[in-house]
Amino acid sequence: MRIAVLIKQVPDTDDVKLDPQTGTMIREGSGTIINPLDLNAIEAAVQIKRMRSIPCHITVITMGPPNAQFALREALALGADQAILLTDRRFAGADSWATAKVLAESLKKTGEYDLIIAGEKATDGETGQVGPEVAAMLSIPCATYVTEISDNEEYVVVKRMVEDGFQRQRIHYPCLITVLSDLNRPGMPTLKGKMDSRRATLITLTADDLDIRSDELGLMGSPTKVVRVTTPQKTRETRRFSGHAIEKGIVELAETIKSSVLNR
Amino acid sequence: MSQSVMVYTEIRNGVIHPVSYELTSKAKELADKLGSEVSIVAFCDTLQEKPEVFFSYGADRVIIAKDHCFNLFNQEIHTKVLSAIILEEQPQIVLAPATTGGRTVMPAVAGTIHTGLTADCTGLDIEPDSGLLLQTRPAIGGNIMATIKTPHHQPQMATVRPKTFKIVQREASHGVIRPFAVSESMKQTSIEVLEWIPLDSGSVNIQDQDVIIAGGKGLKRKEGFELLKELAVLLQAGIGASRPTIEAKWMDYPHQVGLSGKVVSPKLYFAIGISGAVQHIAGMETSELIVSINKDPDASIFQVSDYAFCGDLYDIVPKMVEIFSERLSDGTDETGSEKHVQ
Repeated sequence: MRIAVLIKQVPDTDDVKLDPQTGTMIREGSGTIINPLDLNAIEAAVQIKRMRSIPCHITVITMGPPNAQFALREALALGADQAILLTDRRFAGADSWATAKVLAESLKKTGEYDLIIAGEKATDGETGQVGPEVAAMLSIPCATYVTEISDNEEYVVVKRMVEDGFQRQRIHYPCLITVLSDLNRPGMPTLKGKMDSRRATLITLTADDLDIRSDELGLMGSPTKVVRVTTPQKTRETRRFSGHAIEKGIVELAETIKSSVLNR
Repeated sequence: MSQSVMVYTEIRNGVIHPVSYELTSKAKELADKLGSEVSIVAFCDTLQEKPEVFFSYGADRVIIAKDHCFNLFNQEIHTKVLSAIILEEQPQIVLAPATTGGRTVMPAVAGTIHTGLTADCTGLDIEPDSGLLLQTRPAIGGNIMATIKTPHHQPQMATVRPKTFKIVQREASHGVIRPFAVSESMKQTSIEVLEWIPLDSGSVNIQDQDVIIAGGKGLKRKEGFELLKELAVLLQAGIGASRPTIEAKWMDYPHQVGLSGKVVSPKLYFAIGISGAVQHIAGMETSELIVSINKDPDASIFQVSDYAFCGDLYDIVPKMVEIFSERLSDGTDETGSEKHVQ
């Protein structure tokens, strides 16, 4: 059985603070991490491998700048067997379609994967589109918002969390699933895993290695174009109450709720 | 056939979800600027409402595929049928709800027919000269707004979260109903839906709530949520929770608010004992009125709050319960379920 895990390196937003004046994120000094939901994806693959009686091979794949190799090495330390870095200046500026195109072509090129796993969305782009787009480009089914997995030789059974409940689906291989954090608790790398991953040889692929037309690459190949970026003005006037003023604040809040929120 | 703005609607258990009317209303506004028609796509097994209901929100045509294959949601079938309809109808624009369904089907359609898709738009407009769809969405946790175009691909597609756009009801008008037959090959699928497990009758989807009371680690213990429930009963609210409380198993995952949980936008949001990690704020900051309670005067959550109460939540929440039950109890709490047709 062959499993591919699609990961992304993202800025570490966990200890990022907001600028009190502008309300924008203070990004200086924040490092990079593996997108948190992708850690759940890696863990899912590792658990499947551990449970299976037949041989199981995990390939972790990312598209990004050369330093995205650190995310791949971490994934190797967590239990992946092989890592592929898709890096090329011509990939830069890709939207979700153009990103999915590179990932899909790399999956076609490097294997016959039975199961492809990805995080539901990344904390930086927040589109959640790349997984289903990759699946569509590979003409395989895709299950999103997965919070439970059980599998056997022919298919995977997933529990999907949707708005008003859960859905259980059986999907035959090959297929792609995107996962939520409730699925599992990501493991920690072992010391040996860390040491080995540092020395591991990564497979690096560029646009020349993939069967993609040059006008389908990166910024140029992206159907969507960002035309304008604005920083929204902080619109809320924060009213602060502490100590003895709290009771007065609650009374005011009650009036506001009565007149504006509930009275419609 | 004239040009059209298409809406992929959401129908859950045979009931049209309000986001479908929100998107139809927006589609009408865009179509008027373009001189185009509004066409609705509806997939269902049974339908409680009449499909003609969409005409009173501005629809000119309703393409309805009524088939037993839509009884339980199967993303593969939805993708195939929607892609086929788009290729046949050639709309200029397709709008879809940014629900778990729309966010699964639409990217698969975009990958299938090779066009752009913008997720979670908060603003949609037509660029006067080019007639292109201007799609505005928050990026980097809502800290910047990006405006996006799809200049060279058709259709231009966008998903929109529920409650982003207002429902605009129009004078009763009429239009065309087009039944769409789902072919056997479209029904072929490698996905078998085994089971549908609705949320317990006691719990509701917090994304549908007008009021959410959310708790964080500042509650100090699991039982703290019992206190929040008192407030929730009073305000007919749903219970939200921060990621650390989910990880500590104080609450179940469907209650998690934030980027790794649910993104919510209620009329009123209470953040109680939540310091305001960027990921949490990105999941609730579009709420209309935000109230926070925290003992840390520098808590990030205060920066996105309308009402910020600095102090011990175990003093403040009971006081709120007391004052609210005096002042909010005389019949003003009509947050009934029919608001979408007002």
